[in-house]
Amino acid sequence: MSVLVFADSSEGKFKKTALEVVSYGKKVAEQLGTNLVALTINAMDSSELYTYGAEKVVSVSHDFLRTFNAKQHSVVVTEVAKAAGASVVVIDSSIDSLYLAPIVAVNLEAGYASNVVDAPSSISPFTVKRKAFSNKAFSNTIITTETKVIGLAKNSYGIHENAVLGTTENFDATLVEARVSLEKVERVTGKVTIADADIVVSAGRGLKGPENWGMVEELATILGAATACSKPVSDLGWRPHGEHVGQTGKPVASNLYIAIGISGAIQHLAGINASKVKVVINTDSEAPFFKAADYGIVGDAFEVVPKLIEKLKAFKAS
Amino acid sequence: MKILVCISHVPDTTSKINFTDNDTNFDTNGVQFVINPYDEFCLTRAMWFKDKQGASVTVVNVGGVETEPTLRKALAIGADNAIRINALATDGFQVAKELATVVKEGKYDVILAGKESADYNGQMVPGMLATLTDYNFVNGCVGVEVEGSAVSITREIDGGNEFLSSGLPIVIGGQKGIVEEKDLRIPNMRGIMMARKKPLQVLEPSGDPVATTIQSFEKPAPKGTVKLVDADNVDELISLLHNEAKVI
Ligand SMILES: Cc1cc2nc3c(=O)[nH]c(=O)nc-3n(C[C@H](O)[C@H](O)[C@H](O)COP(=O)(O)OP(=O)(O)OC[C@H]3O[C@@H](n4cnc5c(N)ncnc54)[C@H](O)[C@@H]3O)c2cc1C
Ligand SMILES: Nc1ncnc2c1ncn2[C@@H]1O[C@H](COP(=O)(O)O)[C@@H](O)[C@H]1O
Repeated sequence: MSVLVFADSSEGKFKKTALEVVSYGKKVAEQLGTNLVALTINAMDSSELYTYGAEKVVSVSHDFLRTFNAKQHSVVVTEVAKAAGASVVVIDSSIDSLYLAPIVAVNLEAGYASNVVDAPSSISPFTVKRKAFSNKAFSNTIITTETKVIGLAKNSYGIHENAVLGTTENFDATLVEARVSLEKVERVTGKVTIADADIVVSAGRGLKGPENWGMVEELATILGAATACSKPVSDLGWRPHGEHVGQTGKPVASNLYIAIGISGAIQHLAGINASKVKVVINTDSEAPFFKAADYGIVGDAFEVVPKLIEKLKAFKAS
Repeated sequence: MKILVCISHVPDTTSKINFTDNDTNFDTNGVQFVINPYDEFCLTRAMWFKDKQGASVTVVNVGGVETEPTLRKALAIGADNAIRINALATDGFQVAKELATVVKEGKYDVILAGKESADYNGQMVPGMLATLTDYNFVNGCVGVEVEGSAVSITREIDGGNEFLSSGLPIVIGGQKGIVEEKDLRIPNMRGIMMARKKPLQVLEPSGDPVATTIQSFEKPAPKGTVKLVDADNVDELISLLHNEAKVI
């Protein structure tokens, strides 16, 4: 028996969520009294994972796995899970992982709980807390199958050091025919993405028009943040669709979320309230966002944001 | 082309979420149920295939009799026929197994499902269904075209898009972008009248065991009140974010 985590990497480097799933997997392994095994695909140096508790790292490398292919990646995770005798498989909640996890679950005939936010509250029955109803509630879910797949919500468990003496071994996974083939990728480079961001700066219809986004981007650049927007802003074509956050857009689970000229409709809040700290800047002190925020400024964005930029520049320089 | 659209029946996005029976059941009192927003995008896309390419469109739901108005709404929007699998949907794996039976029976070419349902947020049914039926599968689609047996798909990834090609049959996990918000179809009077006469078939479930059960629900802890900072004093906000919240 063991716990297997898939520690995802990008260009050989582990993502923050990889360290979070390893930390989480270590906790589950302790609860079950078993070992933690971490799977890496095309990662350069697996020893970083020992720091967070991975006693054994299974390293799979192949050119074929350089781009994500859900079918192929699911075969790798499934084979390693079987070889390791994993009773629990933990995967993060990136866009690719959400694509992968249900396939792995069927391959392993495992019950799958997505959006898990905490270590199991009980291991018999195996019970995990998950987000439900678009962040408006949680469900305590029992996974009844022998093998279990857990999708860990980003920024929910945190990264915890737990150094062990680890070993790494290579694994040759079966290569399968790709029935879905990748023709082309278009990726914005040099920009922080909402999924990866620690800080997200988001703006809404209160900004009046696309020409006013310069200050939003400037604020984001100073903070090393990603930019986002409310749904009407992307529907109106002021900003690209990829920036739309909320219940029907991208979820945000950053450390800091700054909302400028966003009213705080229930569908908007549902998608962003997993963020740790929320700041609102809005002219209307009655805007619902003030009920959801930790810090707020009642004021005109066109005055407040430039001041904030100026003061932050001084703060960063000091 | 035979299209199947999987329809999840969920509380309207503005619903207040409450629980009954010692927090073990969702309180449906006063809650409006709708077609899951992602499925609405998928259904509109299916209508487009129907109008432009003569596709036939079936909608399917795994649920109790209370979901029939939602299926009727899908028929009113333009689906040709509906299937309800008469089982309580509480676990995504079980739902996917039930849907797989319908898929194998009906030999659909394209299955459209939402990337996530707004109630349990399982994010699993499309991927599980594709794996159980051995269909091709792409998740998070923001564009799909079918020409003969060639499918071209745009998938949203972190910070961009991927352009993929595949053959049929295929399961598409769709989201906004697969059609635009402004193009969403809503039922008109004629559609509603016609929907009454369209077939809605009720099938008994195969009764596969569930893989997960819900023990209880909880609501998030109430939040403290907001700390207001004067608009003329953004330094204080910076100081709070740095020293108190420790996020910058
Ligand atoms: C099915 C469904 C799904 C939805 N999903 C989403 C979703 O995923 N994400 C989402 O965002 N929305 C979603 N919505 C829409 C949501 O209900 C709101 O309409 C939307 O969030 C409002 O966007 P907004 O706050 O930018 O605009 P508004 O509601 O117009 O608010 C603008 C705000 O800006 C303030 N303001 C004006 N001028 C200034 C100024 N100079 N300085 C500072 N503040 C100013 C105003 O006081 C106001 O509070 C959904 C709706 C439905 C029906
Ligand atoms: N009970 C159900 N009946 C039919 N389709 C469903 C059901 N539950 C989920 N789906 C489909 O699967 C998608 C993803 O749902 P989920 O995996 O529950 O988040 C939904 O958008 C629907 O298209």
